[in-house]
Amino acid sequence: MSLYQAVLELADDHLILSHRLSEWCGHGPMLEEDLALSNMALDLLGSARTLFSYAAVLEGKNRSEDDLAYLRSEREYFNCLLVERPNGDFSCTMLRQFYFAAFMEPFWQAALGSSDAVISGVAGKAVKEMAYHLRHAGEWVVRLGDGTDVSRAKMQAAINDLHPYWEELFTTQTANDALPDRAEIRTQWEASVKSVFVQAGLAFPDPVHAQQGGRIGEHGETLGHMLAPMQYLQRAHPGAVW
Amino acid sequence: MTDVTPLWEVFIRPRNGLAHKHVGSLHAADEVLALDAARDVYTRREEGTSIWIMRSDAIVASDPAHADETFDPAGDKIYRHPTFYKIPDEVGHM
Amino acid sequence: MYSQGLIGADGSTNETEEFLAAFQARIDAEEKIEPNDPMPAGYRRTLVRQIGQHAHSEIVGMLPEGNWNTRAPSLKRKAALLAKVQDEGGHGLYLYSAAETLGVSREQMTEELISGKAKYSSIFNYPTLNWADMGAVGWLVDGAAIMNQIALCRCSYGPYARAMIRVCAEESFHQRQGYEIMLTMCNGTKAQKDMAQDALNRLWWPALMMFGPHDGDSAHSEQSMKWKIKRFSNDALRNKFINATVPQAEFLGLTIPDPDLNWDDTLNNGAGGYVHGPIDWDEFWRVVNGDGVMNRERLAARKRAHDDGAWVREAALAHAEKRAARMAAE
Repeated sequence: MSLYQAVLELADDHLILSHRLSEWCGHGPMLEEDLALSNMALDLLGSARTLFSYAAVLEGKNRSEDDLAYLRSEREYFNCLLVERPNGDFSCTMLRQFYFAAFMEPFWQAALGSSDAVISGVAGKAVKEMAYHLRHAGEWVVRLGDGTDVSRAKMQAAINDLHPYWEELFTTQTANDALPDRAEIRTQWEASVKSVFVQAGLAFPDPVHAQQGGRIGEHGETLGHMLAPMQYLQRAHPGAVW
Repeated sequence: MTDVTPLWEVFIRPRNGLAHKHVGSLHAADEVLALDAARDVYTRREEGTSIWIMRSDAIVASDPAHADETFDPAGDKIYRHPTFYKIPDEVGHM
Repeated sequence: MYSQGLIGADGSTNETEEFLAAFQARIDAEEKIEPNDPMPAGYRRTLVRQIGQHAHSEIVGMLPEGNWNTRAPSLKRKAALLAKVQDEGGHGLYLYSAAETLGVSREQMTEELISGKAKYSSIFNYPTLNWADMGAVGWLVDGAAIMNQIALCRCSYGPYARAMIRVCAEESFHQRQGYEIMLTMCNGTKAQKDMAQDALNRLWWPALMMFGPHDGDSAHSEQSMKWKIKRFSNDALRNKFINATVPQAEFLGLTIPDPDLNWDDTLNNGAGGYVHGPIDWDEFWRVVNGDGVMNRERLAARKRAHDDGAWVREAALAHAEKRAARMAAE
């Protein structure tokens, strides 16, 4: 499969998760965490932009990062379902971030040695960001799991809610030599998650049917509602410069 | 259990070779979250290479009411300063 | 992004003449006052009120711009807007910290905000209705705030002045990114330029109101000036803002929505300056006192964030206690 498609998948994951995190801005549980969530959103947005620009080059159709972000419909987005899941409460947002970073940190680590200079370049920056997201989100998973009865119940509910969605991280429609093999990251992901769950006193539930479809553009219903406001100015004013 | 998230003071080393400098404060439940928050709040523009945090209530400060007796006695010890001593110009820089 | 104008704290104080004179002598000598220093109760009260209002303005100010976080029309604008709104949160945090040095807790200040007791800049009770509002808010609202905040860097209270130095350094990009949005839209399609004019029409007068009532009607202002909490009068800053902004609007090809605006050669010792038309102070007081379009939603959003976050803060404290106990047992 084409590197274009593989890079687009990655870019979509980053943009959609960044967008979700940005929805928290101004509404966080405390100011300090409001700033932390925005920092993570900006990290992801930075990677998304580099990846979209690279995808546009690979595609060779003279499209820009904004064309790719703003002018594709739900069916043309290839992010995994996990990143488009609604924010839910703080436990759900932090768990989603933790799952994603527990995947991306080893992914970028492996991509440091990519034969593709752009990919290894992105990896060099993103691996540090993901290491921080993994640590910070992991700290919260521990605190909410090992906090009060209320927080523990909410954290366990978040784990159950997201349980059908993490396995899709290890799939791709577009295996490509320039990028690490997603399936191989599963062992590391499970080790990270289990170690934090042990500290948090949380149980990883029994397997359920893993939902998939993001990689072929078949999403949940929420993605369209996210893209509609995001894309509305670009759609309403074709060709305008902002 | 205290129901108020404690206050922490934040000190940042702008770059190696310089001392940590007080930059402000923040609230966090424990020292791990406080360090993360210090990073997220106070180093967004590459302000530092090292962070110290400490509980604000752990600081012991001198009392302004005692400032006169604490600090003023140093004022007249001019012989501690190099300019107190006269060295002829011919001797050169010393 | 805040401007004076709501201060209105009662600076009255009942210390001895001797104490007040000694304090005033320190202020007049441009000495900074630090947290544990002796200070008149009125000085402390005025600062708590002003810094609190300033902090609340930053926090509530996240909402009108945050309203466009998910709709920014390009990835570049999306990043800049999110970074800017995040900065406002940081500024609120620095300011709450400065107020806390005076013995009031963030928790107390937050309670005062969400109960509706505390005031904040009236400008944030206006809605942001089109993307050009992101330009106009940066250009006009941050522009107005910066006039005030630069002056506050020299405020007599050390922690406030230090917080303002940090805020001003960070805000230097805010006004520029706002103006760049306006410029891009004014050079764009007719629809974009119309949006830009519409944003200016709606935000111009509220921006002028940010500087507060005319000097003659500004209660308690004199005492604040004497204590160097406030360093310029409302009208002086407002006029400075207008003189700086009108040529910027002309460059954009936009019309200031004030038919009475005219140039007077005799102002500012012959350097000249603009004279503006009458400001609708009834609107100002109505919005300050809770009846702007967005007052209720702004407070409701802050209350929701605070209430919904309570279990998170409690969980973190509970965990901290457990962890401390475990570490002590080891």
